[in-house]
Amino acid sequence: MPQQEIEVILARHLAEHLAMPIFIVNPTGDLLYYNEPAEVVLGFHFDETGPMPAKEWATVFQPVDPSGQPLLPDDLPLVIATTHRYPAHKNFWIKGMDGALRQIEVTAFPLIGQADRFLGAIAIFWEVPA
Amino acid sequence: MKVTLWGTRGSLASPGPDTVRYGGNTSCVSVEGPEGTLLVLDAGTGIRVLGKSISSGLKSVHILLTHLHMDHLQGLPFFEPLRIPGVEVHIWGPASTTQNLEARLMRYLSPPLFPVRVRDLLSELHFHEVSANTMRIGEFCVTAQLIIHPNPTVGYRIWTSHAAIAYLPDHEPALGADDFPHSKEWTSGYALAQEVDVLIHDSQYTTDEYQTRRGFGHSSIIHTLLFAGLVGAKELVPFHHDPAHNDDVLDQLITQGIEAVQPSFPVTPGKEGLTINIG
Repeated sequence: MPQQEIEVILARHLAEHLAMPIFIVNPTGDLLYYNEPAEVVLGFHFDETGPMPAKEWATVFQPVDPSGQPLLPDDLPLVIATTHRYPAHKNFWIKGMDGALRQIEVTAFPLIGQADRFLGAIAIFWEVPA
Repeated sequence: MKVTLWGTRGSLASPGPDTVRYGGNTSCVSVEGPEGTLLVLDAGTGIRVLGKSISSGLKSVHILLTHLHMDHLQGLPFFEPLRIPGVEVHIWGPASTTQNLEARLMRYLSPPLFPVRVRDLLSELHFHEVSANTMRIGEFCVTAQLIIHPNPTVGYRIWTSHAAIAYLPDHEPALGADDFPHSKEWTSGYALAQEVDVLIHDSQYTTDEYQTRRGFGHSSIIHTLLFAGLVGAKELVPFHHDPAHNDDVLDQLITQGIEAVQPSFPVTPGKEGLTINIG
């Protein structure tokens, strides 16, 4: 496995020290890293799964809007940040591996490095108190 | 290739009777190729003596700056070839999102910080910005990559078909990595330093000093030895010594580091005047 870009390494170090669930994906949407708080939401441990292809990790959640309608992948903030390279924010519901339905706020933003290198995107989750 | 250390000190020049063996000049290393290409890594105060040693027949020289902190820049206007008309001087340095390299260098090379301006230098100056590039310079291939240090900072890997060195004088790969060294994939500088013949690397602090200086952008000797082991370096040259460390302290720091880590590769203390021939 090649070395990650320095901005991505620093982002991971920051995520490791924060209490908010954070996901880091590469330019094609593959999940490079998720921190411990994100493990609670996902139901997986990063040390066990390692990086995950976009197709694999995107199906773990079942995102729905407030009326219960499934959300299209293109409407998800992390997909917007990755494909369109601009920040996005959304309030929606997900069902994690534990089967519990959670209302969450998600902010995602693209990672643009020096010399305009597109390095992927970061999503930060906030669980909305019931 | 012939590698010579002209300045091994970090942060601040520290000449005096207590630093004669390791030297008091700040970062500067020359790399000469078999076909005569001359690379100068950083322009700390050590570059002045290097400049005086260069023959008058020099036609071009490449100065590769890792970053623009003063200890890597202060000697630049005292580099003799800059004052020789017709000599091509190529200055390579990290890109920034705000100003170009020349404009940032001019902040130092202009009054009130310095009386001589860039435009007053007589050599033929060329500026090149790098962030994640591989370029061909004479007989060398040079890769620059961003590494962990405050403000845009690159490290360099320089290689030919016979030999490779890596130069990371200011580098804190352990920043934020509680279980350092974690993995190759997630370690700053790994790609640059992988399996090089000689790794010249920041080793500014003792372990105790590092505890109170996290985030300053430097490594403890233990971190440096662990990093060298992770990347598979064949020889380590600890470099960028703290100005508060005299010769005896540096002897002790390096000896204790070696005893603690038991590296499988030789460790050659970075001393001013040291020359290493590789390949």
